[in-house]
Amino acid sequence: MRPLLSVRDIKRHYQVRVPGGFFGRDALLKAVDGLTFDIKRGETLGLVGESGCGKSTTARLVMGHIPLTAGSVAFDGQPVTARHDSDWRAMRRRMQMVYQDTLGALDRRLTISDQIGEPFAIHEPLMTARQRHERALSLMDSVGLRADMAGRFPHELSGGQRQRVVIARALALSPDLLVCDEPVSALDVSIQAQVLNLLDDLREQTGFAALFISHDLKVVRQMSDRVAVMYLGKIVETGAPEAVFKRAQHPYTKALISAIPTPRNRGRRERIVLEGDPPSPVDVPPGCAFHTRCPLAMAQCRLDTPLLSGDGDHLVACHAIHQTAQSAPLAAE
Amino acid sequence: MTIDSGNLNPTTQASRPSGGSFFTSKGRYRAFFETWPPIVLIALFFIGLAIFVVATAPLIAPYDFMAMDLRDRLTPPALFGGTWAHPLGTDELGRDLLSRLIISIRVSMMIAFLSTLIAGTLGITLGFLAAYFRGRVEQLIMMLIDAQASMPFMIIALAVLAFLGNSLVLFIVLMGFYGWERIARIARGLAIAATEQGYATSVRDLGASPMRIYGRHILPNIASTLIVSMTLNFPEVILLESGLSFLGLGVQPPMTSLGNMVGYGRDYIQSAPWIMLVPSAAIVLTTLSISIVGDWMRDRFDPTLR
Repeated sequence: MRPLLSVRDIKRHYQVRVPGGFFGRDALLKAVDGLTFDIKRGETLGLVGESGCGKSTTARLVMGHIPLTAGSVAFDGQPVTARHDSDWRAMRRRMQMVYQDTLGALDRRLTISDQIGEPFAIHEPLMTARQRHERALSLMDSVGLRADMAGRFPHELSGGQRQRVVIARALALSPDLLVCDEPVSALDVSIQAQVLNLLDDLREQTGFAALFISHDLKVVRQMSDRVAVMYLGKIVETGAPEAVFKRAQHPYTKALISAIPTPRNRGRRERIVLEGDPPSPVDVPPGCAFHTRCPLAMAQCRLDTPLLSGDGDHLVACHAIHQTAQSAPLAAE
Repeated sequence: MTIDSGNLNPTTQASRPSGGSFFTSKGRYRAFFETWPPIVLIALFFIGLAIFVVATAPLIAPYDFMAMDLRDRLTPPALFGGTWAHPLGTDELGRDLLSRLIISIRVSMMIAFLSTLIAGTLGITLGFLAAYFRGRVEQLIMMLIDAQASMPFMIIALAVLAFLGNSLVLFIVLMGFYGWERIARIARGLAIAATEQGYATSVRDLGASPMRIYGRHILPNIASTLIVSMTLNFPEVILLESGLSFLGLGVQPPMTSLGNMVGYGRDYIQSAPWIMLVPSAAIVLTTLSISIVGDWMRDRFDPTLR
């Protein structure tokens, strides 16, 4: 079956000026450098990685906010472009986005029921204002907002309530794909859980597929059917959440997981501390981008870029892992 | 917002004398005057009066504004030694000042209102086009703006009126080119800033057309600044009209306007100051009222300031 969203080797490079020389010099910032993934209908892909690794850029490329430098994004067979024409607008019926900054994403001059009803005003011009209002009220009910809040303005709501408004508006037209860019990172932990449970419930009811972006491993693990770990614009490891989190193979994933604070097992699990900062995306090291901080780095890592490979669903991009995988059968013989 | 449990009606605004609330100690009058400050009420009353005058001018004028009565020349206003036959006195040709004032307010307000409307529409449209298309279109529009801003408008107006002659329609259209470049610049800057903000992007993500994004979201969000700049434009058009009328290129006698009255009354400033002071007071009161109401409207339009 054709995947709902098919992302093939997408790249997004920016021309930037960096210090150096008399007027500075030109450099290429590779925000996203060759991502490939599919999302099936009803499936949630969690995209995780540290700040600046290109998660949000990926979201914007998938939504067609910014043009691709290379590669292709296809949504249900149709290419997603950054030309904001009527085709692009029609496609919004089926793909929607949830934002991190909810106060910014809502128009502060419109009441929340008007904003939740706006997708109907755009895509179903025959609907009367009364019908729109009723639909908005039922959507508010489904995301757990009281009907008496309909006349409120965004600044009168709390962050969690505003995120519910954004979710209700995004799901108004029952889209097939929901791109969530850090939907809960601006919320308190207790509110985070509520919003995540809400998203989970809604997903069960309506069956939308999602690209779920977060830097929070716990959140991604809870929400995703499949996880992809990003480092400097590339996916380094992908697989089912249990596989990636329990049997992490890539040294970067292992370090990330070891950094999750846990109340139990204190002292039992070794904390892997990576040395140095992530390299600037302006000059990514040749070969494997991670070799400057990698405990397993070999000579080959400085020369060749590792490819995502492995058996089954669990794929890793690491020379060290690939070598042991190749030598393991030999040792068994 | 109030914390009381009885006040669950979501549409309750802080402005309404809170019905059903425990907090009634503020009093109805205080709550009323907090929403409608007295000075705004006075300004609104004056604007209402001016609009009434504009609408009914020929009916309420006691005399024909062109009717001369040379026996009653230079009569002072009623309370300054004149008679109630001419409440605001008469001018050098014995024309009733009250009637002339009423017609002048009508003419000047109409010119200023229509011109500001033209300037606003032109400015906002060009500013939004520049913000939407960027690139070449924006450069072209910015060039037009710079060209307009670098020429003294008075000189352009003089040239146009000298070559094309004078009619009320032409005059209004010409005045409509006054101040559009400021509004266009503000509209462009604010629209670009707004498109960078989340709300415009997120509405575009819903599939909204550019018309909807700019008309229904960006325009209301930046309207406060535009309204203030247009209320500043309004009095300036009245003053420009006065200047041109004074130079003999604006509203032509026997037609009259506030600027025209000030211009011709200047000759009698020492012997009959009321000829000039009456229309001057009308100019000051009108422009002041509009500025006050414009400022108040800006606050009202912003739900976060309520």
